[in-house]
Amino acid sequence: MLASVFIVMGSLILIVGVIVFNGAPSLSLQILTQTSEGGFYLGAGGGFLNAIVGSLLLALPATGLAFIIGIAIALYLQKDFLNPSIANFIRICLDILWGVPSVVYGVFCLTIMIAIGMTGGSVLFGIIALTLLEIPIITRSIDESIKMVPAGLKETAYSLGSTKVETAMKVVRRQAMPGIIAGVLLGFGRGIGDAASILLTVGDSNYFPTSLSDQTAALPTMILNLVSMPDQVVQNKAYAVAFVLLMIVLLISIITRYLTKKSSKHIIK
Amino acid sequence: MENPKTIQIETKALNVAIHNNQVLKNIDIQIPAKQLTAIIGPSGCGKTTLLKSFNRLLEIQDGIKIEGEIVVDGINIMSSGLNVPDIRKKMGLISQKPYPLPMSIFENVAYGLRIHHDKNQKELAEAVQNCLQEVGLWSEVKDRLHDPASRLSVGQQQRLCLARAIAVQPEVILCDEPTSALDPIAAQQIEKLLLKLKKDFTVILVTHTLRQAKRVADHVIFLYFGKVVEQGTAAEFFNNPKNPETKAYLAGEIS
Ligand SMILES: Nc1ncnc2c1ncn2[C@@H]1O[C@H](COP(=O)(O)OP(=O)(O)OP(=O)(O)O)[C@@H](O)[C@H]1O
Ligand SMILES: [Mg+2]
Repeated sequence: MLASVFIVMGSLILIVGVIVFNGAPSLSLQILTQTSEGGFYLGAGGGFLNAIVGSLLLALPATGLAFIIGIAIALYLQKDFLNPSIANFIRICLDILWGVPSVVYGVFCLTIMIAIGMTGGSVLFGIIALTLLEIPIITRSIDESIKMVPAGLKETAYSLGSTKVETAMKVVRRQAMPGIIAGVLLGFGRGIGDAASILLTVGDSNYFPTSLSDQTAALPTMILNLVSMPDQVVQNKAYAVAFVLLMIVLLISIITRYLTKKSSKHIIK
Repeated sequence: MENPKTIQIETKALNVAIHNNQVLKNIDIQIPAKQLTAIIGPSGCGKTTLLKSFNRLLEIQDGIKIEGEIVVDGINIMSSGLNVPDIRKKMGLISQKPYPLPMSIFENVAYGLRIHHDKNQKELAEAVQNCLQEVGLWSEVKDRLHDPASRLSVGQQQRLCLARAIAVQPEVILCDEPTSALDPIAAQQIEKLLLKLKKDFTVILVTHTLRQAKRVADHVIFLYFGKVVEQGTAAEFFNNPKNPETKAYLAGEIS
């Protein structure tokens, strides 16, 4: 018990410590509020606001899309709608997709891009890659939380004359809400931090993307690009980027905790 | 039956199997309208199964096979092409463990009204108040209508479930051992309520306590190993049982 707490806390403190220690010297208001100048990776000035904005413009729509698709699949997977053996087969498929390395989603989207003759990269295909990456995570998390809804509660809803859809949307959804929120966070966390799926699909840019077909910078790919540079000063900027990524995830966790608590108010135990 | 009463529910050769286990065997019963019918019998004899067949709630589990007829108001509810939610709407179900819906006290009672009727906010509030008054819960909850229903005591939750059921304006109230999770005082409240409600509703009460059946029932159905052993008026049943198994059960020799 104590050992596991120690290991978890220890590694967390170590990771955060290294990021802050190395990143803090490079962190400045300028680096947070400006876009990159040409030659940013070679030590030129500017900041990485373009990557922060790019990452959010990729991960937020992707999470939204994956959520809409995921909750629809998850509700449909319940035995009220679908034969359990078919549903379990789909669950296995989703679990396999969950385990697929994210670079595969990137390559998959790249293949499509090449097939339709697109070069470079685009926000659109980045969003598609992240959506595909997040769908299995969000779907299965929501699915599990819906499965935990007590049978008696569903019976109650049915006995009041609810249809299947009313039962799912008005009763089951409310009871499963904390789990649904947690699933969405899990998906978002994976999406915003993943480099491999967008490395091949979004390209890079020193500006804010203004359309779906623009290339864009993103935090995880920027970290990769920065650490692969030989200059120590440039490498340290990678830690600053990682720090910002960490803060975004932390912020989302806090918001999620708040929403989970709020939605737990009416839960039946 | 000697005096002609209107029959609310009648089953004809009802057979139910769960996962190839024959739970109900050839059930032929008649349940009089606007009376309190008690279904009694030892644990596992099929009381819950029989009750849930009346509002077609059995079929949401898997592995269920149902044969025979269940006639409610002259219509066989087992025939195909019927709208199942409409059948269920006619029967409120109170289960052994109260299940409030994951919403506020007010919303629990309003739930059925919202899905079945188009009511404006004022009509809704009035109807909710009426139902809560009907079950004697209004004075206890009127200042915290928007609190989570799960914060009520179990006895209060059970009365809330009753209020929620009658809000839908059913004809029948099905109760599955509604007092078994409650303390004696709360149980007594529910019993009194059921006696009051039978003026307006047909009440079917599953119970395994004979004393409760004696106290409240007008009509009794005795189930034993999935078969109806005896059915009749409460007076007949308790004072002059015909079947030897009924006699043994009443004497406490089988349970
Ligand atoms: N899901 C199920 N799978 C298999 N058998 C079942 C299932 N549900 C009920 N049964 C069987 O059906 C029979 C009747 O069950 P039922 O719940 O109707 O009994 P009961 O009279 O309500 O008992 P109790 O007084 O304990 O509530 C039991 O023998 C039980 O084992
Ligand atoms: Mg039972």
